[in-house]
Amino acid sequence: MAWSLIGKNFTPPDIRAKVTGDAKYAEDFRAEGMVFARLLTSPFPHARVVSMDASEALAMDGVHGILTADDEGVGELLTNEPKFVGDLILAVAADDETTAQNAIERIRLEFESLDFTVDPLDCLYPGGPDPRADGTNVGGGRTGLERRRIKWTARDFAAVGENQLPMGEAPVEWAHGDVEAGLSASDLVIDESFVTPGNSHMSMEPRTAMAYWENGKCYVHSGSQSLTASLPAIARQIGIGLDEFVYINEFCGGGFGSKGTPGQTVGIAAHLSKKISRPVMLRISRHEEFYIGSARGTLQGRVRMGFRADGKVTAIDFTVVQDGGSNGGFQDAGDAAAALSILYQPEHMRFRGIPVITNTTPRGPQRGPGQNQISAAVEPLVDRAARELGIDRLEIRKLNAPDNDALIGANRLNVTSAYMPDALDRGAALFDWETQRQRSGERNGSKVRGIGIGTAYHDVGRTGYDGLCVITPDGKLHLHSGVGNLGTYSYASTTRAAAEVLKMDWENCIIHQGSNANFLPFASTQTGSNTSWTMSRANYVGGMNALGKLKEIAAMDLGGAPEDYDVDGARVFKISDSAQGMTYAQAAQRAIELGGTYSGENPPDDIHEVTRLAVRGVAGTGLVGVAKETLRMEGDVPALACGFAAVDVDVETGKVEILDYVCIADCGTVFHPQGLAQQMKGGGVWGMGFALFERQIYDPQNGLPGNDSFLSCKPATYLDIPATVEWDAVDIADPQNPVGARGIGEPPMGAAAAAVLCAISDALGGHVFNRVPVVPDMIVNYVAGREQSTQPLKIHTA
Amino acid sequence: MSKDMMPHFELYQPDSVETALDLLGRFGEDGWAMAGGHDTLDWFKDRAKYAANVVDLGGIESLRGIRAVGDGIEIGAMTTLTEIANSDAVQSRFSVLSSAAGRVASPQIRNVGTLGGNLNQDARCWYYRYGVDCYRAGGNTCYADTPEGQNREHCLWGADRCVAVSPSDVAPAMVVLDARMVIRSADGEREVAAEDYFIGPEIDIERMTAVEPGELLTAVRIPGDWANARFYFEKVADRNTWDFPLVNIASAMVVENGAISRIRMAAGAVQCTPRRLSVVEEVVTGSPPDEETAALAGQAAVRGATPLNFNHFKIPLLENLVKRAIRDA
Repeated sequence: MAWSLIGKNFTPPDIRAKVTGDAKYAEDFRAEGMVFARLLTSPFPHARVVSMDASEALAMDGVHGILTADDEGVGELLTNEPKFVGDLILAVAADDETTAQNAIERIRLEFESLDFTVDPLDCLYPGGPDPRADGTNVGGGRTGLERRRIKWTARDFAAVGENQLPMGEAPVEWAHGDVEAGLSASDLVIDESFVTPGNSHMSMEPRTAMAYWENGKCYVHSGSQSLTASLPAIARQIGIGLDEFVYINEFCGGGFGSKGTPGQTVGIAAHLSKKISRPVMLRISRHEEFYIGSARGTLQGRVRMGFRADGKVTAIDFTVVQDGGSNGGFQDAGDAAAALSILYQPEHMRFRGIPVITNTTPRGPQRGPGQNQISAAVEPLVDRAARELGIDRLEIRKLNAPDNDALIGANRLNVTSAYMPDALDRGAALFDWETQRQRSGERNGSKVRGIGIGTAYHDVGRTGYDGLCVITPDGKLHLHSGVGNLGTYSYASTTRAAAEVLKMDWENCIIHQGSNANFLPFASTQTGSNTSWTMSRANYVGGMNALGKLKEIAAMDLGGAPEDYDVDGARVFKISDSAQGMTYAQAAQRAIELGGTYSGENPPDDIHEVTRLAVRGVAGTGLVGVAKETLRMEGDVPALACGFAAVDVDVETGKVEILDYVCIADCGTVFHPQGLAQQMKGGGVWGMGFALFERQIYDPQNGLPGNDSFLSCKPATYLDIPATVEWDAVDIADPQNPVGARGIGEPPMGAAAAAVLCAISDALGGHVFNRVPVVPDMIVNYVAGREQSTQPLKIHTA
Repeated sequence: MSKDMMPHFELYQPDSVETALDLLGRFGEDGWAMAGGHDTLDWFKDRAKYAANVVDLGGIESLRGIRAVGDGIEIGAMTTLTEIANSDAVQSRFSVLSSAAGRVASPQIRNVGTLGGNLNQDARCWYYRYGVDCYRAGGNTCYADTPEGQNREHCLWGADRCVAVSPSDVAPAMVVLDARMVIRSADGEREVAAEDYFIGPEIDIERMTAVEPGELLTAVRIPGDWANARFYFEKVADRNTWDFPLVNIASAMVVENGAISRIRMAAGAVQCTPRRLSVVEEVVTGSPPDEETAALAGQAAVRGATPLNFNHFKIPLLENLVKRAIRDA
């Protein structure tokens, strides 16, 4: 279908403010009488606060108050049982931050040190340290599992070979087919244990929050990836109703999954403000951001992959231990399994996983949580199979790649559409695979050329959210977007689905976003690359609702039935006689006069409470289009990407130079080319950093985190990546999205990481490492024939 | 943990070395000399180190600039690393130094960071920087030198309660150029050879240079002895910018009639001071700078290395860098 807006670049309305510096982030706001808060964070990985004496601090000039876990309603926002170094114990408010910090240093705290662990396998071993005082060590967080206690037996550990991942009781498991039979019937079985790292989100804007109370309402400034999806959580943190606060979140300086839901700093600022009756600014420092800003969970995994002689993957047995950090973590283990399932389409598969609580930083969703780690770990193994079977690495991927017949997961779900073979073909052409592979292994001094391909997946579809738009008597279309402003601009691009439905000139469209005070409908979290799919559908139904009302009003005033009418040029007119019609402006005025459903006074019953409040705000201002999206959604909605990398590995220094990188997206119709380019390149850079630099280190002796700065976390810099990243997209519409779009944000990272890692293996003559990132140490040691410093299953190590 | 919140301090901005020395003498242990501020303000923000009176050297014009002195050059301690990296005088005759200065940190840091600040920067051991009570911080333990200590960046030689390394990229180049460090105090001026300027924990575990309280490094004098030698500098770090070295190597070599007649070589990040590779110099002098000599040099360089649990990769890495310094210079 030819679109006038979809697939075209446009300038989102917030760009100018970002470029000029006018954009106001949470810490840019001020309120009369505002004071500043500082946090006291735990120096211990696990302890109990035995006693606290803040009297000296509170007596200081300029100190206004303290908030602790014992204050009413604070709940788990602060704690008396800190569970990682950096955990938040209390907050002090003062005239300025220096005074607040000076006051914190005068608080006398007595701790009782408790057992702690930074390695899930230590925690699972019988008699191993417990990460929580209640003895639980598995589940919680956002794993979908109740927290519970699981200890494996010594026999579980003894049952596997040295350096193989053991597997005892697994709280998450599924299977299809007969994996053992499938492996037995395979011509080749690859069996490797591996580890992937945790890494920080490294958001440029720390999760600062400012809050104050006015006329019984709480006003909260804080950056979150999501907007209306964050409202219920904010209400819970503060302990108030959805209509009792105003959330201002016009800009978010990066979140990458960690700000999909509001951070605890929002609640801390709000409670402290209420307690001391002053506005409170809680600026989060860079170190604190690394403590509480969440991180990707590590994986300690084992994969047994069976291949037919022609390269077809027949069976996968995947076991994984996930470091869920102090909070229990996210669903990385299961997501990794799903990714394996779709990327290689095994007839037989078994998955067993266990998310383990440790005394490391809280873990949460991060770009491709689980999916990207598993691409980085397993794609080099596919290369190894190709090498052993004598098959081209492009061909083995095309043979296994998901297409429209693909199935995924335990329930063998269909996909809405998938074109990975096409993406691989397109990438091979753009990368010139045939020419590049001739240079594989080419030696130039101490440098050896390697090339690699990586593929990655993420599920990107949700349903059931609301669309809201208003045509006002001035003829403008007001597009209300409840999506957060994460930086992908999908808060804006998805509204174009409604504009398309109404055939509106973009110049006459006004986007409303940034605060629930702007009357925004309930939207999905701006996470999981799902916004393009999910919220284009929601906006579409909102637009369709408005379209139906336009036609009804025209039929009412001009005769005939609604289906006798069409729209274009901001007019609704009779199909049989286009001269008979009315402008949108006139229709909007009529909607106000008619009231009821037309002007939002009588909204539909099935919309979310957040949307109901928003509709109440716009009611009577024009023709209101509002609806809950209930379109068909059958099967998994995949985002797929493949990357092609060429590297030079210096075997004397262990340094890897990425020479070329190409990435191809399979994300349905390209919605917003510039936005897509940004995702492909940004994800690619992150993948390169994941492959080569980023990892979290913890000292197992004292639980100290070794990475609490941009310097020590080592995100890739301009000098570590190729000067240009080429990209393209398959650009075939998904049949279950009215504008054809699927999301894409996450898999470009996994594809890049995997492609670079495969290229390193290629340069070194075959698969070598079962550890990510591949740092100079590993290459230099390997080339010199030395043992690696780190034991194969150890995580969080140098 | 107290992090990222600088306490108040009095800032003094003298315009002469004399005034700066006077201030520092007056404040004693409560005074702190600040150059570019990267190291100083990090410590202050972390509240791990502090002085009530900070003497900012940035306004002292006489501490800036690169001048010809005799057959060599003198570089003011407050000269920025960018100025050194871009200096014709340095590039044309002492390129090992401009190369080293150009590989420090990142362009933004080099624009503000100074020669003196880089040479005098404190140890970068992550435990020490975290503010723990290790030996170097006046405590009685080392967190890095244990079976589980995360000591990838730490030393191969010279462990003495502390296993931190010299983090400077410029320091090995200064050792190679046989630079003289000019130190001023109220009592006058003294010169210390670069090789002796850096001190290990066996001499003083709480500081890394020969600069005593009440003294300032004011300049570095580089004699002409090694001008236009065959230079080599290479730094291997995880990232290509904004990172400290895993190992770096600096070398000055004179080749006459196909053989190495004179050579000085030093490595950084392998012990607490820049490691002068005297054994290598002795092994290769008189030999052609070919692959065989390079291999011998590499082997000689790592003799006696005593790695920790996570840093033995530095042995082949140093061996290879020494090889390259001979072979590729």
